[in-house]
Amino acid sequence: MDSKELIEIFYFLEDTYIGEYIRSSIWLFPVIESFHLIGLGVLGGSVVIMDFKLMNLIFRGTDKIYILEQTRRFFVLGLSLLFITGVPLFLSEAVKCYYSRAFWIKMISLVIGVLFVYFVRNPLIVKKDGTYMILIGFLSFSIWTVVAASGRWIGFS
Amino acid sequence: MFDFVVWLSETKWSIALHESLYLYPWIESTHVLSICLFFGTLLFVDLRLTGKVFNNLSVADMNRKVLPLTLFGFLVMSVTGLLLFYAIPVRNYQNIFFRIKILLIVIAGINAFFFHRRMSNEAKVWDKDSSIPNSMKNSAITSLVLWSSVIISGRMIAYNWFDCDRQPQPKWINTLTSCEVDYSLFEGIDGF
Repeated sequence: MDSKELIEIFYFLEDTYIGEYIRSSIWLFPVIESFHLIGLGVLGGSVVIMDFKLMNLIFRGTDKIYILEQTRRFFVLGLSLLFITGVPLFLSEAVKCYYSRAFWIKMISLVIGVLFVYFVRNPLIVKKDGTYMILIGFLSFSIWTVVAASGRWIGFS
Repeated sequence: MFDFVVWLSETKWSIALHESLYLYPWIESTHVLSICLFFGTLLFVDLRLTGKVFNNLSVADMNRKVLPLTLFGFLVMSVTGLLLFYAIPVRNYQNIFFRIKILLIVIAGINAFFFHRRMSNEAKVWDKDSSIPNSMKNSAITSLVLWSSVIISGRMIAYNWFDCDRQPQPKWINTLTSCEVDYSLFEGIDGF
């Protein structure tokens, strides 16, 4: 697929009923964005607590598997809320997103972040011990910080 | 108060912040990240009190481990929030969503004050199996509802559709936002 075909898809997405409906409202975009931010907070809380534990900054003396059990449903909850609110936000300004570098950084880092959590971090928490878990926690926290910061930066582009 | 914010808006650093290409977005991004840290960790602290998470740890233990992060988030959030206000003082002062946000922060602060005063007296004797009084659970839920509302009203500040420059607005809105409007300009329009 070349870039011309890709931009046509983005134009098509922006022209969808949901995209048009959000654009026609003065308050809908900010309201959806507010809940997007709350979703980011929920996800952020679960990431910070799990990753800071792995970095040995908090919950010293508590089993890391227990922390994972307690935080993983909030990770799913936050991610779901981000997805449910993020899709309509994207549809309302898909073409702007296409031309926004921050958008592409966010989407790529989001995919890396989800894959890293489910295929690297969480399995290692269950199976492995060792000081390199500090690095795993640091990497996960860094990726999610990039996701959040680049997401905010879409609004400035 | 209005004279004070006008004076603030004319200071050198306020103009510099407002007109900076990168500093303002960086401060705002830091504000958002610190909100995540603050709200995300507060979620676990408050939900522990309702018995929904970390039940293997006592409330006091949970607070000791997580609250420093929450407070750090609050500190960064407050400093960046003040800077964001300082960058655009008059517009923020007259922004209805900013006023709602400040009111909600004050209520959330009062709730937190009584909540933590009671908790610091009682939580020491609670172990992980202690049942937590319903009033404390209610305070924890109230805290989450209030801070969620703070986030929502805060996000609305940037989209203020009741701005003083957007007239005509209902008179009660202009009263609430201290906007001075010459209504004679709108004679003949419904409602004026």
